[in-house]
Amino acid sequence: MTIYHPRYRGTVTKYVFIESPDMTPADLAIQAYEIAGGAMIKETCFGIMVTGSEEEVISIIGKLRALDPSHIFVKDRGFPPGDPRRCRANLGGARPGFFGHEFEMCRIRNVSAGLERLAAEERGEVSEAPAPPEKSRGKRLDVEKLKKIIAKQVP
Amino acid sequence: MVKVFIYPATSLILSDLVARFGHTPLGSALGIRERIQTPGLESPPLQISPEEPKKGLKYAAVEVPSGVRGRMSVYGPLIDEAEAAIIINDADLAFGCMGCARTNELIIFLIKKRKIPVLELTYPKDEQEGIEFVAAIKKFLDGLGGKK
Repeated sequence: MTIYHPRYRGTVTKYVFIESPDMTPADLAIQAYEIAGGAMIKETCFGIMVTGSEEEVISIIGKLRALDPSHIFVKDRGFPPGDPRRCRANLGGARPGFFGHEFEMCRIRNVSAGLERLAAEERGEVSEAPAPPEKSRGKRLDVEKLKKIIAKQVP
Repeated sequence: MVKVFIYPATSLILSDLVARFGHTPLGSALGIRERIQTPGLESPPLQISPEEPKKGLKYAAVEVPSGVRGRMSVYGPLIDEAEAAIIINDADLAFGCMGCARTNELIIFLIKKRKIPVLELTYPKDEQEGIEFVAAIKKFLDGLGGKK
């Protein structure tokens, strides 16, 4: 049994993803370095990771979000950046959690469209409220139809 | 500010939208961070110790596999803490081994059993669905009150 000494105790790490036609992850990183103060910034291919005290991280994220509100997305991360248990530099292959991000990043431009519409509504450019989404569960097979299918199979 | 449990618990989209509209998202990162930052004995990779399946007994019976109980020790306290929840039903990214699949079913069951406000959606497949998706989440979160 080995004693475990956590690194970066009391800190918060947040991912900042960017999927924008106007800004690249490198632009975002430069902006983040300018306002980082004592917080740690880690550049990634999709954006950055910010690690520091909670107040510090929230303040940095608020300023970064303002750069492109509809195309910058933020979420919490449990591990600090470069942790050998998660970093792909040590593990090889995709980082655990990559496939989840890949899945959602393919759909994120649809969410950006929703956020842009919301911003347009707030500015008074659009007045018509969008209809609520259809019920999430797909159409189910009717019992009578199922009975007919079963009856067809019985010789 | 209302604590909103998100499912999938690792969802970037839900975590961002809940925080953006002034509430607190409860996702797996919070449970993992708590374990990662607590000193003790090394138990890689997620610092899930042999004690966790025992804590999971609050949420799942003893005959349920320890993998489910271990996962529930992370998610269970978050569900207890939640005052509302948003569920995405067609979340392929939540697919995993039997432990993950059964835990996911149990999470949704426990959320519904708590009788808290729940919004169920699917991932937007095009821009029109994206507009409806964001509007539905905004309406739901505004309706919860307690905004910062």
